[in-house]
Amino acid sequence: MNIVRYRHYPPSDLSAALDRLANMRAEMDRVFESPFGSSSRSPAPLSRWNPAVDVYQDRNQFTVVVELPGLKKEEIEISLHDDTLTISGERKREESSEQEFLTERSYGKFQRSFILPTAVDAEKVKASYKDGLLQVVLPKAEEAKLKQVEVVLK
Amino acid sequence: MVPNEGYRQAAYVTPPADVASTDIGYVIRAEMPGVEKDALEITVERGELIILGRRKPIEVTGELIYREIRLHDFRRVYELDPSIDSTNISANIDQGILTVTLPKAETIKPRKIAVQ
Repeated sequence: MNIVRYRHYPPSDLSAALDRLANMRAEMDRVFESPFGSSSRSPAPLSRWNPAVDVYQDRNQFTVVVELPGLKKEEIEISLHDDTLTISGERKREESSEQEFLTERSYGKFQRSFILPTAVDAEKVKASYKDGLLQVVLPKAEEAKLKQVEVVLK
Repeated sequence: MVPNEGYRQAAYVTPPADVASTDIGYVIRAEMPGVEKDALEITVERGELIILGRRKPIEVTGELIYREIRLHDFRRVYELDPSIDSTNISANIDQGILTVTLPKAETIKPRKIAVQ
């Protein structure tokens, strides 16, 4: 796992359009919160692998948690460009003599990008990977912390 | 079966899983991120394999501002093929992938009989 320079993908790229569609589909699934977990997760022909993400914030930092079961650390890429955090990677199918019966898991490439609401200190970004959960901690930049003003209503 | 079965189903997330057959039997690989070894319960009952993975809350400081991860426990039930030796099922979990190995009973495996 390493922090790499952000690569700019041309916006006309078909994959970007597909990502947007897949995100929309995932969003719709979330809005209707299907009681059957699998239906919102099953790989539809259009949607590619779209791992679930949580974002936390406190005064000092953002924490991004991504569900990425069964990856190797070197298969995960985290990049930061200005205020955009991108997490991407690829899950490859292992060559084996096994005969597949039923495939529900997603393989191939994934990419998730987030625009962070405030500037972060790129030098201090840390990531860990345990139990298939990736956790990226992004400390807020000092100037961003100064801008936070707490207003107490009386 | 039981009146509240529907409610109970809604309380779990079905983990996506791959099933493959191997030389010795079958292997199931299920995605259960955030589940530790001790939080797994795998049982064989009435010819069914029941997989239950309990998730604990994610240890993070701060307030949740965006959510996609569902923190329900994982549950999946498989009907076992009669050829499976249910006393020899083994499992392990690594980085959120549960692997269950289900060997076929010795008597079912193809065996060469030497002609005397």
